[in-house]
Amino acid sequence: MMPGRIAQTLYKYAPLVILAVAWEAAVRAGLVSPTMLPPLSDVFKSLVRLFSHGAIFGHAWSSLVRLVTGLSAAIVVGVLVGLLMGTWRAAHLIFQPFLNLLYPMPKSALIPLMMILFGLGDTSKILLVFLGCLLPLVVNAYNGARGVDTKLVWSARNLGAGNLRVLTSIRTRAALPDIMNGIRTALAFSFVILVNAELIFGQDGLGYLVGSFGSLGEYSSMFATIIIIVAAGFACDRLFQRFSDHLLRWRAV
Amino acid sequence: MSPAGSRKAAGFPTEAVFQVGAILFLLAVWYGFAAGGKINVFLLPRPGAVFQRLAHDLANFRIAEDVATTLWRAFAGFVIAAVVGIPVGLAMARSAFGRWFFDPIIAVGFPAPKIAFMPIFLLWFGVGDLPLIVLVAINCFFIVASSTAAGAAGVPRLLIWSAQSLGDSRESIFRRVVVPAALPQIMNGIQVSVPVSLIAAVGGEMLTGGIGLGGSILSAGRMVDSVGVYSGLVVCLTVGFVLLKLSELARRRLLHWHAESGPAS
Repeated sequence: MMPGRIAQTLYKYAPLVILAVAWEAAVRAGLVSPTMLPPLSDVFKSLVRLFSHGAIFGHAWSSLVRLVTGLSAAIVVGVLVGLLMGTWRAAHLIFQPFLNLLYPMPKSALIPLMMILFGLGDTSKILLVFLGCLLPLVVNAYNGARGVDTKLVWSARNLGAGNLRVLTSIRTRAALPDIMNGIRTALAFSFVILVNAELIFGQDGLGYLVGSFGSLGEYSSMFATIIIIVAAGFACDRLFQRFSDHLLRWRAV
Repeated sequence: MSPAGSRKAAGFPTEAVFQVGAILFLLAVWYGFAAGGKINVFLLPRPGAVFQRLAHDLANFRIAEDVATTLWRAFAGFVIAAVVGIPVGLAMARSAFGRWFFDPIIAVGFPAPKIAFMPIFLLWFGVGDLPLIVLVAINCFFIVASSTAAGAAGVPRLLIWSAQSLGDSRESIFRRVVVPAALPQIMNGIQVSVPVSLIAAVGGEMLTGGIGLGGSILSAGRMVDSVGVYSGLVVCLTVGFVLLKLSELARRRLLHWHAESGPAS
């Protein structure tokens, strides 16, 4: 990074630094009780301890595996169903009613059901991530596939492309910006449902760690773990946006 | 992002038929598996037992109490988010300082799983409605603020210039041009917030327990009362569906003057 860019980044994120300083100052000045809000410096010490003892890595790994498994399954199924729905009216007629039923359901309400059906292990959490982020994937892929310029489809047909070929080389590519948008939303959803599930019935994972530090009264470690989760969410969002911009660089803006 | 399909003026209601068909299909699958006896009753109770429980809990007002409690939390948080979020979004679009200050906060806060903060809210606000209301408010705040900012920043320059050339004051332009022109986007944020407020309230209630939709389903789950879990899910689904329809209706009412409400061309 060039010094100019560092200065720019500093300027951009300065409000967060101001908030952090205000946090520390408020506790030090006695405006807030340290039992309610541990000073930021303590939280940082806990953060360093979590990493240096290595306790965090096992939990982060468990959460990551669940997230990646559930999300990738949802991407494969969701995008496929969305593309099919956008291509064939029959697929739309068949799948849409089920989506209409899933849409208004608060996904967190499914947590106890998955607990009963699949136990307290990984399967139920992976399924929750899958169900929790399915909708934005289907809806975006559907809208993308539907919005394809019909001239592109006709041209491909003219050149002898069959149904399958049109789907794979025309519709999927033309729908890519929408699909990427859907994945970005799904990424955020997957964090929410996983942390929610781990807080309720985890034996490990970052969400579980927050809950157990909280019930042990180790609030500085609890704040530190929450900061890790928020940072991970932010980093994933930014990285995905970078990747998406790179993938879609052919698009005329 | 409503998945509702295109609406045709008249004719055979194919989509409605398929919707009813889907519900009947799910019920038939449920009956089939439950009657087959291959699956443990604890995992999959008979539909009859679930409907009986629903009727019972409706009669003794347990469902009414849960729904009222959850809706109150969701609504209170939602209103706070709108009251705080709309001015913040407008400030972000119309002032350089506002944009500089709130941009990074929204960038970090928007993708963050707010439910992770629930243990902090429990620490600060104790038990009861307040921590849940705060959880809902924070969830909806980021949505309302960012869509308001996007809407107010995207007001066509021509509209503002016209008002300026007619001698309108800065404050009057803001009130009479910027805010109305941004209204569809603001409504977008509010509409997305409606299901989110319910999701956040139910998700939070699962951590606090007690009265409310989330608390009831969770305690049923903990006690392996699967009939209770399934009937709770039916109630949740119904409440979510009604909220969704109400918010669509409210949008059409409030934006009846806007082009989007006119007849489709």
